[in-house]
Amino acid sequence: MSVVQIAVGRRRRQRRRALITGILALLVVAVYAASLMIGQTFYSPTEVWAVMLGQTVPGASFTVGELRLPRATLGLLAGLAFGMAGTTFQTMLRNPLASPDIIGITSGASAAAVFGIIVLSLNETAVSMLALGGALLTATAIYLLSHRGGFTGTRLILIGIGVAAMLDSAITYVLSRAAAWDLQTAMQWLTGSLNGATWGTVAPLALACLVAVPAMLVQGRALGVLRLGDDSATALGVRVGPTRIVLIVGAVVLLAFATAAAGPIAFVAFMAGPIAARLVGPGASPLLPAALVGAALVLAADLIGQFAFDTRYPVGVVTGVLGAPYLVYLLIRTNRSGGSL
Amino acid sequence: MTTTHTLRAEALTLSYGDRPVVADLDLEIPPGRITVIVGANGCGKSTLLRALARLLAPTTGQVLLDGAALRSLPTKEIARTLGLLPQSPTAPEGIAVADLVGRGRHPHQRMLARWSENDYAVVAQALADTGTAELADRPVDELSGGQRQRVWIAMALAQETDILLLDEPTTFLDVSHQIEVLDLLTDLNRARGTTIVMVLHDINLAARYADHVFAVRGGRVVASGAPAEVITADLIRDVFDLDALVVPDPVSGSPLVLPRGRHHVQSPPAPPLPPTSSGAPDGTP
Repeated sequence: MSVVQIAVGRRRRQRRRALITGILALLVVAVYAASLMIGQTFYSPTEVWAVMLGQTVPGASFTVGELRLPRATLGLLAGLAFGMAGTTFQTMLRNPLASPDIIGITSGASAAAVFGIIVLSLNETAVSMLALGGALLTATAIYLLSHRGGFTGTRLILIGIGVAAMLDSAITYVLSRAAAWDLQTAMQWLTGSLNGATWGTVAPLALACLVAVPAMLVQGRALGVLRLGDDSATALGVRVGPTRIVLIVGAVVLLAFATAAAGPIAFVAFMAGPIAARLVGPGASPLLPAALVGAALVLAADLIGQFAFDTRYPVGVVTGVLGAPYLVYLLIRTNRSGGSL
Repeated sequence: MTTTHTLRAEALTLSYGDRPVVADLDLEIPPGRITVIVGANGCGKSTLLRALARLLAPTTGQVLLDGAALRSLPTKEIARTLGLLPQSPTAPEGIAVADLVGRGRHPHQRMLARWSENDYAVVAQALADTGTAELADRPVDELSGGQRQRVWIAMALAQETDILLLDEPTTFLDVSHQIEVLDLLTDLNRARGTTIVMVLHDINLAARYADHVFAVRGGRVVASGAPAEVITADLIRDVFDLDALVVPDPVSGSPLVLPRGRHHVQSPPAPPLPPTSSGAPDGTP
């Protein structure tokens, strides 16, 4: 096979990835636009566009500008963050179960938030900060616990699942002692919701994305080499330790800020990576496609939760309904192929 | 192309935790030759190879590439001179052969740069040299063990290093594929002058394919030199604790080790087991 044929094969795979990534980006833009237009009152694209340009449109300026725009933007950014963070963990640990919502990092954020709301009666900003701290602390604890005498992905996953179970039971305990009026707020921290999003909730997450996303995308190729295992990656000139730290810290920051802003939107981090991998094929950096899939999932699920039924459901309920069967499917498939965790 | 790169270990001590595996070892890899490290299980030969490849930091001492300590050099720069094929590398699920081999170009590429014409040419050559060109668009997980090993070697070739380290490249392969891989590495050594260093379990294949042998026991090099000079019945007893007959290999002329076990040995009968220094004849201490 000649150079030309190899180039043709490689470029064909690359074009396919670029095309599908492009389609995903368009899809995200489309759902984002739909989230701005659809509601109790429908606003045309022209009206929405006018509001985004800062013009005053009667009615739309408030509904779109103050309600729908922060909500949709929160959905977009949280989806991006969850998707990218999830696929980073899954790729680095070479296991689709190694998603941050399975291994307890989001549980850490939820537990801290629920504790803040019910026991400490903190305000919204303080609760978000506490959730951030909870996620970072849990991630560090899981990493340290699983690092004794060498590092294996499976041990980290098992310890993470254990930590998640402990934190979840702590949440349940705190909830059982809660006053009825606190429960409403606390529930958001268990399922994840875009309700009541303001620019104040969006801003910290936007800042986190601005810092972490480029830093992680730059490591995309190194992440691709890390998938060959630490030894091969070192032999190929990747600084395994620093690369891994940049990616893990970036992912935990994204995850923590997204959870602090929108709650742990169930299973988005878990589903986005595998869906993206299936769409763009293996061999490419999964970061960007997974982020786009995450954003599309959250925005679409929020639209469904708000308008598809008589009752309005928070976005996390919809993604949970989609994600849980996928988890079961994955476990069955792992079992069939004779693999362990 | 003749390589002028040198790889040397100086007063090297390697440990896992508190347990020293290799102690105060000096060794120089002959440039442009095929070197095989042999020794019993757990003698420290793989550990030594890992240290030569900078996968394991020395407790004391250092590994020198062209006279400079490995840990003082940027890892990406090392990766342009020194390649490694680990014992059981993992391929990402579903990756195409050409894309996997293309990963070998990583040390030659800038962070966000696209592939150059040269990258394509090198990958094509690596595939051709390993006879895997017709597999280029196939997923790696669909290949047989022998094909897969050739693809990994192709990746190492695409890295274009003058020194290539391999940790037991023939493990899990049947005998014909073992020969195929070792022939391929010999071709590479002869055509490009690549310095090859590998750990092999099979002493007879080591004797046949090596230009230079390091025999390791208890973390020390107990013999070093051409196989014909080094591989003797005494050495086999010393390194493997095994009684053996060493004859010239009728095919290659290199030493052929024929172990004498406790069974299936024709006359003259095997010499009795060497008396143990401790322990009474009835087995009680």
